[in-house]
Amino acid sequence: MDVIVTGLLLGGTYALIAMGLNLQYGMARIMNLANGEMLVAGGFVAFWFWTGSQVSPLLTVFLVAPVAFLFNWLIYIIFLRPLVKRAKSRGQLEVDAILTTFGLSFVAVGLMLAFFGGDYFSYSYLSTPVNILGDTYGANRVTAFLSAVIICGALWLWLARSRAGMTIRAISVAPDSARLVGIDVRKTAALAFALGGAVTATGGALISTFLTLDASTGVIFTLKALVIVIMGGVGDVRGTIVAAVLLGMLETFVARVIDPGLTLAAAYLLFVIILLWRPQGLFGRPTT
Amino acid sequence: MTALSSRDWGNLALCTLALIAAACLPWTAGAYSLTIGVTIAMYTVLATSWALFSGPTHYISLATAAFFGVGAYVTGIGIQHLPYWALLPIAGVMGALMAALVGLATLRLSGVYFVIFTLGLAEFVRQIITWGQNVSGTKGIYVLTSITEVHIYWQLLGLAAVVLLLGWLIGRSRLGFALRIIGDDEAVAKHSGIDTARAKILLFMVPGAMASITGAILAPRYVYIEPSLAFTPMLSFQVVIMALLGGTGRLWGPLVGVIPFTFLWEAISASFPNQTTLLLGLCFLVIVYLLPKGFVGLIDAARKRMNNAEGFA
Amino acid sequence: MSALLSLRGVSKRFGGLTAVNRMDFDVTEHEVLGLIGPNGSGKSTTLNLISGAFPATAGTISLRGQPITHLPAQDIARRGIARTFQLVRLLPSMTVLENVKAGAVFGHRRHWGHEAEAIANTMLEKVGLAGRSQMMVGQLTYIDTKRVELARVLAGEPRIVLLDEWLAGLNPTELEEGIRLIRSLRDEGRTIILVEHVMDAIRSLCDRCVVMAAGAKIAEGTPTDVLSDPAVIRAYLGDDDA
Repeated sequence: MDVIVTGLLLGGTYALIAMGLNLQYGMARIMNLANGEMLVAGGFVAFWFWTGSQVSPLLTVFLVAPVAFLFNWLIYIIFLRPLVKRAKSRGQLEVDAILTTFGLSFVAVGLMLAFFGGDYFSYSYLSTPVNILGDTYGANRVTAFLSAVIICGALWLWLARSRAGMTIRAISVAPDSARLVGIDVRKTAALAFALGGAVTATGGALISTFLTLDASTGVIFTLKALVIVIMGGVGDVRGTIVAAVLLGMLETFVARVIDPGLTLAAAYLLFVIILLWRPQGLFGRPTT
Repeated sequence: MTALSSRDWGNLALCTLALIAAACLPWTAGAYSLTIGVTIAMYTVLATSWALFSGPTHYISLATAAFFGVGAYVTGIGIQHLPYWALLPIAGVMGALMAALVGLATLRLSGVYFVIFTLGLAEFVRQIITWGQNVSGTKGIYVLTSITEVHIYWQLLGLAAVVLLLGWLIGRSRLGFALRIIGDDEAVAKHSGIDTARAKILLFMVPGAMASITGAILAPRYVYIEPSLAFTPMLSFQVVIMALLGGTGRLWGPLVGVIPFTFLWEAISASFPNQTTLLLGLCFLVIVYLLPKGFVGLIDAARKRMNNAEGFA
Repeated sequence: MSALLSLRGVSKRFGGLTAVNRMDFDVTEHEVLGLIGPNGSGKSTTLNLISGAFPATAGTISLRGQPITHLPAQDIARRGIARTFQLVRLLPSMTVLENVKAGAVFGHRRHWGHEAEAIANTMLEKVGLAGRSQMMVGQLTYIDTKRVELARVLAGEPRIVLLDEWLAGLNPTELEEGIRLIRSLRDEGRTIILVEHVMDAIRSLCDRCVVMAAGAKIAEGTPTDVLSDPAVIRAYLGDDDA
């Protein structure tokens, strides 16, 4: 029971991070391997505001999100749009995007190392215990989970109901037809990419309330988010949430029962099973 | 197999001469140059074998560190039970088998899955070995041998020659031709009767085996092996950068990237040890935006211009 | 006469859409079969099912009695079914000769070295490209790219050649040349399945036609017969004009 609740709490935050990546890969068609660094940066800002001037991470989020949005939009315009323009095929864009975002990820790590040093950073925020179903959990985990649920829910509604959300889903399903019905694909892709970055940075600010981060942990989160996105199905919001919760529970279970050092190995094994068994994702349809 | 032309013989003779010259390094240079020589020979093996696979298929493999680490552990564990000469083939076979398994799982899918899979592989093996050590209570492994830096250098140089020869032979074989077709258009390849998955898996076994043997050769140099050292993810990225910087279009392309990058890396890590990550990132960006075909692309373009100029004269 | 290739109840569904619905037909050796029908009737999909580009949802395709329905494309090619593509697909980094050699090296009968090169050269001569073997494919005119693709297909010495709108997009002079080229293949006794819109070509080349509409077979017979069949005319022109 205890494992399930802890897993669920962790999974909720993972869902938010993976949602960010899914917006970027599923909708904007850019596999962003610098996604984890965005998360760490979000965490850094939250840490800095809390230790510097006791600003609650829940408030910092409202600063982090718009700044990350703008920043990711600029990255898309400056670095990625030229690649989209020159790519002759989907495959070539994929390779270019992978190399570029790897480059950006290393640059980000290098810059963060230079400015903040290589130390772990963690802070104590809302570390009071909360009682759920007879067991106690950190209030920070519960708060992060609730915030993630609210943001995920809002995002889902927005994607499903609003005109802008519809446009984003349209370019994910059929970029060529979307162009024919008058959607500005280039602008919408930039928007989806920026939004994805903002969501991930928000997730980073939330996750920093209960996990210890350092400048070079980004890649671990990128890997986890990728596993979730692929497991849930690229571009599938519902699948992402289910997969994130599954991963959260699996990790908690492995950490408790076997060894905390094996969480990434467990995530990886899950990824291998998904690849062999359902490469199109849990809810995806087989494609030809 | 078609017969060798006189140009082929010329190139072969030239390569042999270069190899002999490189083999004389221990007598002509000091200890520091020898260290650099080992690094260059090592990355030549890794980057050239990497490019053999990734050049034609456009799959970016980040599994080098995983294969390398497995090879290092083969020496580390095996040296207590088996003679040294038996370890290198064992490492090679293990690397090739691992590559075949990875290939079976991912090479039928899109390139993104392959990148993630290989990126996670080194971390996966590292966590498993660390866990195994925690359970059994051992920490690292001492590799104590009488093998010196010069021996390691010569072995790596020999391996580099093997990789280049293998690459040249593959280029002349049906497999090489099949891979060029796959690189151009996979649908055409399939409909022409090429078993594309089999070709890719076979080829991926080459860098797998070579990286593993490299790890096995270098293990005595570390003396003490532990998972975070043997499976350092940086190695995979450095190999990718060197190969792409040189250019994967030619067999000798990666070599052109390995040499300058090794010196640059040495210089940066000597004076700004904290900025190597930044350097790695900038190199990736330079490759994508300025040198999409690597130095080889620059050289080819310059040659073309010269030929055109002569044509007009 | 026994069938070289036969389709029985072959269907293909994409999600809710049935692109090919219970197709039955046979192709005998040395026959040129036209697969015709209005746009979107499922002709190209049928060809893709035969060549293994994607698997059939139901039914059996067999080559000389051996089922090939669920084989991957490369095995079907190796057993002797070779195809051209609706939009020409050449290998851009290679010369004309190497493009054709790809067929000779990996096709139904496999050759290597000088032998493969000799076959490639013979095929280039046959399609009228002798002397252009060292050009890069980017330098070719549209019809010449189609010729290279055809030569690549022939170089594998296939038992059955599938031509997916090979004559589409050619100007009148090129069309005449193209028809002459396919007729020469027919005169060699090759077995060909032809997806085509050009009626003149169908009349002059095909021994027999299968007409498709909305994924199903609506007529089968000699070109003259099927083209005067009211059901076929209705399918092409719509009910009002019939």
